[in-house]
Amino acid sequence: MTEKIAYYPGCTAKSYAKYMDSTARIVMKELGIELVELDRWNCCGTVYGLADDNLYSQLAPIRNMIRTLENGFDEVVTICSMCYNTLARANDLFKSDKEKADRLNAFMYKEPDYEGNVTVLHLLDLLVKRVKFQAVKEKVTNPLKGLKIAPYYGCTLLRPREISIDENIEHPSILSELIFALGGEPVEDPYMTECCGSYLTVKDKHLVADRTNKIVGSMQKRSADIIMVSCPLCQFNLDRRQKEVKALNPAFHKVPIVYFTQLMALAMGVDYKKLGFQDHYVDPVPILKKRGLIREKKKVAAKIAK
Amino acid sequence: MARIIVANTEYKVPSNLTIMKALEYLGWRLKRGVGCRGGFCGACSTIYRMKGDHKLYTGLACATKVEDGMIIAQIPISPANKKSYNIDSLKAQPNTILELYPEVARCISCNTCTKACPQDIQVMDYVQAALRGDIAKAAELSFDCIMCGLCATRCPAEITQFNVGILARRLYGKYIAPKYKQLEKRVKEIEQGKFEDELSKLTKASKQKLVELYAARVREEVKR
Amino acid sequence: MAFVKLTKSKKNIQFREKVIELAGNAVIKCYQCGECSGGCPEAGAMDLLPNQVMHKIQLGDESVLHANTFWICSTCLVCSTRCPKGIDIAKVMEALREIVLRSKQSYLTLDSLEEDDLKEIPQIAFVSSFKKQTQ
Repeated sequence: MTEKIAYYPGCTAKSYAKYMDSTARIVMKELGIELVELDRWNCCGTVYGLADDNLYSQLAPIRNMIRTLENGFDEVVTICSMCYNTLARANDLFKSDKEKADRLNAFMYKEPDYEGNVTVLHLLDLLVKRVKFQAVKEKVTNPLKGLKIAPYYGCTLLRPREISIDENIEHPSILSELIFALGGEPVEDPYMTECCGSYLTVKDKHLVADRTNKIVGSMQKRSADIIMVSCPLCQFNLDRRQKEVKALNPAFHKVPIVYFTQLMALAMGVDYKKLGFQDHYVDPVPILKKRGLIREKKKVAAKIAK
Repeated sequence: MARIIVANTEYKVPSNLTIMKALEYLGWRLKRGVGCRGGFCGACSTIYRMKGDHKLYTGLACATKVEDGMIIAQIPISPANKKSYNIDSLKAQPNTILELYPEVARCISCNTCTKACPQDIQVMDYVQAALRGDIAKAAELSFDCIMCGLCATRCPAEITQFNVGILARRLYGKYIAPKYKQLEKRVKEIEQGKFEDELSKLTKASKQKLVELYAARVREEVKR
Repeated sequence: MAFVKLTKSKKNIQFREKVIELAGNAVIKCYQCGECSGGCPEAGAMDLLPNQVMHKIQLGDESVLHANTFWICSTCLVCSTRCPKGIDIAKVMEALREIVLRSKQSYLTLDSLEEDDLKEIPQIAFVSSFKKQTQ
């Protein structure tokens, strides 16, 4: 029987990162979980508001908690790391600070009062805690054998400690375990937990290009074939800013940046043409072909038709 | 009679009047902030409070009845950020609305716009749909907008919601809404002059002939 | 033993109090170990290092508001998770941003955005950047 869980995609998963969204739905269906998108939701705010007296920025995430309840669920899963961070932290603040919780409830319009009874999960959380990587492994029909995958966590999956999806925030291993389950070879790099520059990409893109040079460059030196991320903004920065990196560092070689859900779908036998690789600045297809993971055979196509 | 406060002065007006009629009853000759008088044009945006109530209410002066204790101010125009664009050279892509109105990304989902809307539109939801590039949803949700501007005057993120909405509807109409093939076919036929002969026959026909033709017309079967 | 009072003027004290109001009073616990600056991925581009910012706040030195440190901070929270005194340094940076933004100044203005960027950059970046960098 298919388990149903409330799903909060986030704005960017609806546009720039639409293949992160579509591949997540495909792999979760394969694993027996249906992601039910909330029928009404708003932007989470993308960054958690830190100032003590500014409750405005907590309204958006808390409103999504109310929507989750309105849809008849008490937990909500998201694929975007930034959404996860913002929703989970705002939810924690709501639970721990009665006075702020009351003020937030008083501000809402026709919504019923929220009582802090929703749990926020990242899709990786769900995979680790409920689905288990063993079950993922059992669904793999196209193991990513010989593919050297550098996991990249970025910031928002790990920090602060309270909402981290991995116990070890300085040297996490969840993505490596996932890579093992998919039959790939993880290439861990010290830069895997360092910030990509995040929203500085709007005003100070040279700083982000510099970060990309360091992060991607270091992983490439460890002969990573591909870098795996869980955040659309990390993907954008590390992928698109490689354009600018070439000017900074002529010796730089491009490395494709993919979502973990895309690699999961590939390993589960989904046709690579459905994974959205055409949207990437650095095309992952050549390296995947080189490693023999993309074969233009009928066998793979038949699986999709099913 | 109802006591209302306009421009800091208290007046007594018959309580069955709309705000607009009450103002005219008091002798104001309205030149701005008045239009169709039927709740459709959005010209007569009004804000008011009730005595002893913290809430700021909004309404259209032509469609809101006066109540005892109303403190009224009219908002004849709402200064708006309005971009000029050629709809033919735009494309309906996820970032199209953001390109023209990047301030949409400043929305913090406070819902103040929805509270302010006299048309009961889910304004925040259509701004959010516009943000995530869902033009069709933004168009659908904003359909009843009469551009009174009350949302834009209340928005803490300084978004001009109603111009975002009309852009979404224009993009939807031009690029997303399904095209009717029969209509296109018929327009072409008309342009090619297919019906010209028939039409000239009709225009030259006598009254008697027209009556005959009308009685003998072929009716389309009603399918149930 | 006599203490030397370093922060004398009322203005300086008021500034420090404002930061504490927004970010909590942990800021006074900083003992300048430099762990935050050591871990900060953007330290190289900052004209004051995070630990220097902390020191200036302790002194109530308002000139810290002219530094680029808190604009370049991308809230990655490495400093906050590593601080041995448990200070949420990212939150202090947010307090400085808020103080400037609330005085009706912006780091970023919307009309300065380039057309190509508006076409390409995803919403997630705009929303967060506008939230942190525009008044």
